[in-house]
Amino acid sequence: MMKSRPIQFHVVTRITGFIILTFSIFLFFAGHNNPGGGFIGGLMTASALVLLYLSFDVQSIKKAIPFDYTQMIAVGLAISIITGIVGMFFGFPYLTQFFDYFQLPILGETELTTALPFDLGIYLVVVGFTMLTILTIAEDEA
Amino acid sequence: MSNLVVMPILIPMLIGVLLLLVKDKKQVQRIATLLTVLSMIILSGYLTYIVYIDGIQTIELGNWPAPFGIVLVADLLSSSLVFLSGILALVTLVFAWLTFSPERERNFFHPFFLFLLVGVNGSFMTGDLFNLFVFFEVMLISSFILISMGSKKYQLRESLKYVIINTISSMFFILGVAYMYGLTGTLNMADMAVRTSEMENTALLSVAAVVFLFVFGTKSAIFPLYYWLPHSYYAPPAAIAALFGGLLTKVGVYTIMRMYTLVFNHDPQILQILLIVGGLTMFIGVLGAVALYDFKRILAVHIVSQVGYMIMGIGIFTPLAIAGTYYFLVHNIIVKSALFLYAGIAERITGTTQLKQMSGLLKTHPYVGWLFFITALSLAGIPPLSGFFGKFALIISGFEAQHYFVVAVSILTGVLTLFSMMKIFMTSFFGEVKLPDPASAAVKVGGLAAATLPLVFLTVLLGVAAEPFMQFSMEIGEQLMNPSDYYIPSVLED
Repeated sequence: MMKSRPIQFHVVTRITGFIILTFSIFLFFAGHNNPGGGFIGGLMTASALVLLYLSFDVQSIKKAIPFDYTQMIAVGLAISIITGIVGMFFGFPYLTQFFDYFQLPILGETELTTALPFDLGIYLVVVGFTMLTILTIAEDEA
Repeated sequence: MSNLVVMPILIPMLIGVLLLLVKDKKQVQRIATLLTVLSMIILSGYLTYIVYIDGIQTIELGNWPAPFGIVLVADLLSSSLVFLSGILALVTLVFAWLTFSPERERNFFHPFFLFLLVGVNGSFMTGDLFNLFVFFEVMLISSFILISMGSKKYQLRESLKYVIINTISSMFFILGVAYMYGLTGTLNMADMAVRTSEMENTALLSVAAVVFLFVFGTKSAIFPLYYWLPHSYYAPPAAIAALFGGLLTKVGVYTIMRMYTLVFNHDPQILQILLIVGGLTMFIGVLGAVALYDFKRILAVHIVSQVGYMIMGIGIFTPLAIAGTYYFLVHNIIVKSALFLYAGIAERITGTTQLKQMSGLLKTHPYVGWLFFITALSLAGIPPLSGFFGKFALIISGFEAQHYFVVAVSILTGVLTLFSMMKIFMTSFFGEVKLPDPASAAVKVGGLAAATLPLVFLTVLLGVAAEPFMQFSMEIGEQLMNPSDYYIPSVLED
């Protein structure tokens, strides 16, 4: 049987995939004080990845994006936990957060917070967990 | 404010996560887990000492002040239980190394062992109701994985029941949290206690109390809700069954102790319910143990029966009764796990857990036999072992509070416990050597028996040194019965 190639789906995925990924990163940085953040950004990134897996097949995407999602969850958790520990060296309770404003080139005055690496950890955990769950179920038949 | 309080939760969590990254390196996993458990024992021991000297220690996570942020509270009860969970973890960890097949160890055993400890320690320490739910979930999800690891048919079937029952009770947990938040507008347990004591209409509060009794009762396996336990705890291998049997149900008992002394102390009728439920739990549990002829199953049913004593102690609700409950809780964590480990050793030797198929183990493996004998007598409450003093305090306090009927039930239960323990000893350890396979008489289990020694030592120590330890328990009883002098100010006025 000839394998059908959903051309339209491929083309649309290539475009929307990028839009979703970009927007998810925007959401990730928007978070903390506005709606958004690691959890929502991570879910949206995962949705873009799932779209890729749906449109192309699991094997070829695995070649293109060779992530081990278990490791991704572990790295994400480690980043979040260690961010919380940093404050302890200065005598603050665990998970205390700090922020300040800095003049950065190109970006101008920017708020940098320790909540950002914490959120990055959450982002990685959410992406890793969602993808691992979906792929484990998807690979069940094989 | 002291970061020491968060350490027993933080260290296993961090190491567990890092171990996910090196899942194939067996030696690294073993050494890191061992060091983590040892550091947990040392830190929580030190924490208990500080709490004993300086009073209750708290930490406001993220530096958010108390009623708003999440607080971890180390009072004598929680810090000493964390210490005990560390010791139990050490023993079961060594036992697991000696008995587990390599595949089982490769399947993320160590990380989830540590996450289970995170959940247990967190449940003991947290001072926030919703956070308690979160730590319960951490504990339960890890326990789901540990209980189903190995994927035997029987094991998977019982694990599925375990997962479903616990998920349903978690849903009710959320419901209860919502009730309490709606009633008091706070999730901080100390703040909640202040507001409920000022409340005039306590009818809704009693509803919430009963919802929580259902939730914690399911976790700790009290009378109408215990049906899942004998099967679920029968399924996993001995090391895991010992950890679960020793710790997980006791976390449920701990939360009942905490919530009903701190928040739900308004209504004597609820204490009446606890007394009735406690009496039924211990009696029906022990009847199951008398009827059964399977080593591991008898022990699993005994968990139910022993939980009944603790519920009864909480129901009597005097400082002496709470002290007795605590003493009994500690005794039970130690002894119950040790007995599960002996069931594992007997299974290792004979290949079966059926009592009628083994006999004369005392002749072939005398050390195992006598160690089991000591522990079994301790469970049955024979002086001078630890089980006696826990029951003694409970019975005395029951007489003082004039709850004669439930005390009579508890004494009868004690006799039946002795009977069922002696049944195990007489059929499988005493008598002529009769094993399913003659070669099994030569099976060496010296290492396994040595791994259980700390637990046997502790139960003897708790019995011999009952005087200082009873004083420690009395102090805990005082602290729990007078939360407005101890727990509440230490959380809210820092």
